Amino acid sequence: MHVPDGFLDAPTSVGTGVVAVAAVAVALRGARRELDDRTAPLAGLVAAFVFAVQMLNFPVASGTSGHLMGGALAAVLVGPYTAVLCTSTVFIVQALLFADGGITALGTNIVLMGLTTTLVGWAVFRALQTVLPKRLSSVAPAAGVAAFVSVPVAALLFVALYAIGGTADLSLSTLATAMVGVHVLIGIGEGVITALAVASIVAVRPDLVYGARRVMAVRELEVRTTGAAA
Amino acid sequence: MGGPHGHSLHFHAHSPLHRAPAHLKILALLGFVLVVVATPREWYWAYAGYLAVIVGVVAVSRVPVGYLLKRMVVEVPFVAFAVLIPFVAHGPRVEVLGLSLSESGLLSAWGLLAKGTLGVLASLTLAATTEAQDLLRGLERLRMPDLLVQIMGFMVRYLEVVTGELQRMRVARASRGFDARNPRHWPVLARSAGALFIRSYERGERVHLAMLSRGYTGRLPRS
Repeated sequence: MHVPDGFLDAPTSVGTGVVAVAAVAVALRGARRELDDRTAPLAGLVAAFVFAVQMLNFPVASGTSGHLMGGALAAVLVGPYTAVLCTSTVFIVQALLFADGGITALGTNIVLMGLTTTLVGWAVFRALQTVLPKRLSSVAPAAGVAAFVSVPVAALLFVALYAIGGTADLSLSTLATAMVGVHVLIGIGEGVITALAVASIVAVRPDLVYGARRVMAVRELEVRTTGAAA
Repeated sequence: MGGPHGHSLHFHAHSPLHRAPAHLKILALLGFVLVVVATPREWYWAYAGYLAVIVGVVAVSRVPVGYLLKRMVVEVPFVAFAVLIPFVAHGPRVEVLGLSLSESGLLSAWGLLAKGTLGVLASLTLAATTEAQDLLRGLERLRMPDLLVQIMGFMVRYLEVVTGELQRMRVARASRGFDARNPRHWPVLARSAGALFIRSYERGERVHLAMLSRGYTGRLPRS
């Protein structure tokens, strides 16, 4: 769910807006390193993919359903800089063309659901990669755990922002408990589906998965000759 | 590339608001909503004024009011949240229709609903009166970095292609008797998401090669 206008007060909204602008500026430079002159078409298509994947509903129980946020998924698939760029683009387009998420809350939405999920997801993923064996099969579980962790962390950051600039009179501990509780559940779904999706991509096109590049780099070319040739 | 395509919220009409430069409309929206958000929620008359401004702008834009009201459903999850606040907030309670509600919670809920609704209405009006291409040109005039405008342009241009692909996958799954009802069906849906990523990424690579073969050097020509 996107943060609408008026949920946080004006100074906080402007503050998160400044953070978002700085983050996008850094991501623009970084994405050029990840994608060189392919940046515009590829990041654009990946942004369209993130938008579409948020429309894919996953049934939970008794008629309720949820959808992916996709920050950690994007980070593992295309790299952290490009992922920040893609998710930010999605929020800008949603705010301006679909009236989804307030325009003054755009910075908040980018910081919470674009920047935080992506960076936390990527940090956890890289940390796990150094621990887990360097095999293709460990990419998907690491991505799943990264996605799971990223969601409650974003929820906690929302509570922190709320403590600074919230406009409703709610007790912070109640809000924190409720937000983290709900988002741990959401995070489980996000984690499982991210792991499954990454596993399916790694099985077909491991070369497209940014997070699998280190593993791909250490793999050696294996030439198998048939019995007749030998 | 291509003629003007209306995006899903765009309402085709001829009005001064449709013709107004997009960058001015974006600035006006941002300024208006910032003022609304910064207004103390006790200033009830001010909100009546804001509503009058929006109603006036909508009247000038010739977008039917019903068209906008129908599309305000994006606000629903947030309304549900706002309605809960008076029940859980602190402070002295008041009796309303036999329910014990928090006074400050009621005020908070009013503030959230008023500001959120005005924000959604204003954003909808911008979306209904502005073509995606004009919006991009407006953002460019507002000094948004060229690369970001290009990325947005590609996203908007291929949004329908990619969501259409997702839709065809849904039809293909359904025509084979698939019906997602519980988490046991997640692997199938996750594989759809994976396939969608591969298709989108490969399409991006093809688009890039097609652009290179037409002389792309990192900047789009003005058109």
